[in-house]
Amino acid sequence: MSFPAITAVANVLAHAPGLVRYGSKPLRDIGQDPAVLEAITPRLRSYADAVAYAPNQVFIGNLDPEMLGAVPRPWFRALDGTASSTGAFGDLIGECELLGLLKLCDRARLVHLDAATLAEARAGLARRGIVTPDEMAALAAADAGAINAIGKSGEAIPLWLDGRVVGAMSRGHEQDEALTANVLLENLAAKATGVLAVRRLLRMVERRLGPGDIDFVLAGSEEAVGDRYQRGGGGLAKAIAESCGITAATGFDVKAFCASTLYAVVNAAALIQAGLFSRVVVVAGGSLAKLGMKYRAHVARQMPILEDMLAGIAILVERPGARGSDPSARGSDPSARGSDPSARGSDPVIRLDTLGLHTIATGSAQQAIVEALVITPLAKAGYRLRDVDRYATEMHNPEVTEPSGSGDVPRGNYRLIAALGALRGELPRDGIDAFIAAHGMPGYAPTQGHIASAVCYLAHALRAMRAGQIRRALFMAKGSLFLGRMTDASDGVSFILEI
Amino acid sequence: MIELKGKRVLVIGERDGVSGPAIEVCVRSAGAQVLYAETLCFV
Repeated sequence: MSFPAITAVANVLAHAPGLVRYGSKPLRDIGQDPAVLEAITPRLRSYADAVAYAPNQVFIGNLDPEMLGAVPRPWFRALDGTASSTGAFGDLIGECELLGLLKLCDRARLVHLDAATLAEARAGLARRGIVTPDEMAALAAADAGAINAIGKSGEAIPLWLDGRVVGAMSRGHEQDEALTANVLLENLAAKATGVLAVRRLLRMVERRLGPGDIDFVLAGSEEAVGDRYQRGGGGLAKAIAESCGITAATGFDVKAFCASTLYAVVNAAALIQAGLFSRVVVVAGGSLAKLGMKYRAHVARQMPILEDMLAGIAILVERPGARGSDPSARGSDPSARGSDPSARGSDPVIRLDTLGLHTIATGSAQQAIVEALVITPLAKAGYRLRDVDRYATEMHNPEVTEPSGSGDVPRGNYRLIAALGALRGELPRDGIDAFIAAHGMPGYAPTQGHIASAVCYLAHALRAMRAGQIRRALFMAKGSLFLGRMTDASDGVSFILEI
Repeated sequence: MIELKGKRVLVIGERDGVSGPAIEVCVRSAGAQVLYAETLCFV
């Protein structure tokens, strides 16, 4: 049986220190004590430091995850001044460029930027090939007086760049709590980083595909787009598609807490396997709410506030045989072909016959979840634990989580997988560390839950499989459904990707 | 060792450790009254 293939993946980052104050935790704490902002501000990183930070370089594809283990900790002190903001999988854009993207993605005319910021953003984004001159030229700048006036009136919140106010984000309605400036900024940040990822993805495949060749778009982000009558109504998938010229496609959003994006990949593959579509894009934008989530621990340890990155991912899933390419047909920029599927070999496929599913009966015990997401799908495929080259779990950067007491999340997952293997007699009881060293990876993803939940490794897996370095990887994501107070249940999904 | 019998308990579980409902079952079986239980996610 043939299965849908993953043919291109873009991983992008946007440095957003000026938005950390609007992250959920900082915003609440600053509201209670404005002096908190004085503790946060000196701990914010420069753009150069964010680019030079090894986990970010892994995320955008300039380093392999396995190489991170050789970088001395703390990674925030082992900066590589020669690192590039252009990665094999996508860009790490600066905050000025991010503000320009917010403006570009704002269909409701609620983002206001001063002329200097808009001009700098326009130049930066054009240099990266992310925007066209025409679309940026159509954006109008606001004057500083107007920006200050709407800020003082309470209609808008200020947008910061390098410590000064350069713009504002207006509310969408006078009374609607689902359309406040903060909520809309959060949603727009998810849209803008999703657009950044999809535009990069389209450049990767431009030699054989155009936006009009995409049939369907699924978004699996963490935002809740809607209004007071339907909070979380959705529509981000089509909003992103529209902003990327994907006009022949329809689409919808998938919601499952941090498992959303991986569920969306499974849904994309299922839609293709069912014969409904040939090419589906899965997109995930970044979570503004999670910026500065653990700032207290970082400030207390006098380290940089590392949760200053918004992340985005776009994944192209295709029907086997749908690649029918004409390499000479489109584009010629070699920098855009970092993971162009038409560049080499075959594509890895999603084994839909061995999905790992968390059923209601699975429960919330960690052992049961890992049994459902790892042991059961491997058994269905006739594989043993060591037949999988890499396990992509929740790849949170431990340097972010350890100071607050949350530990090394990927390592915790690996230990549980290995322990179950030992219980089943597949590994020796003293072989857990060796298993982790051989089949695991250091965490490198920003703590943007859905992004960290395995999908951040898809681009790396694609590259490693095409290069013949690995043959098989298992992707597993968990969702904390209980946080929404509608159930005590957990959630999770997994699949095997193999070439 | 804590004697839980007759005690009133607030349960805070952890997603990557032991969940709230699992602790609740254990605590009840030890004769305690659970006033509140939830599971938190720290990542």
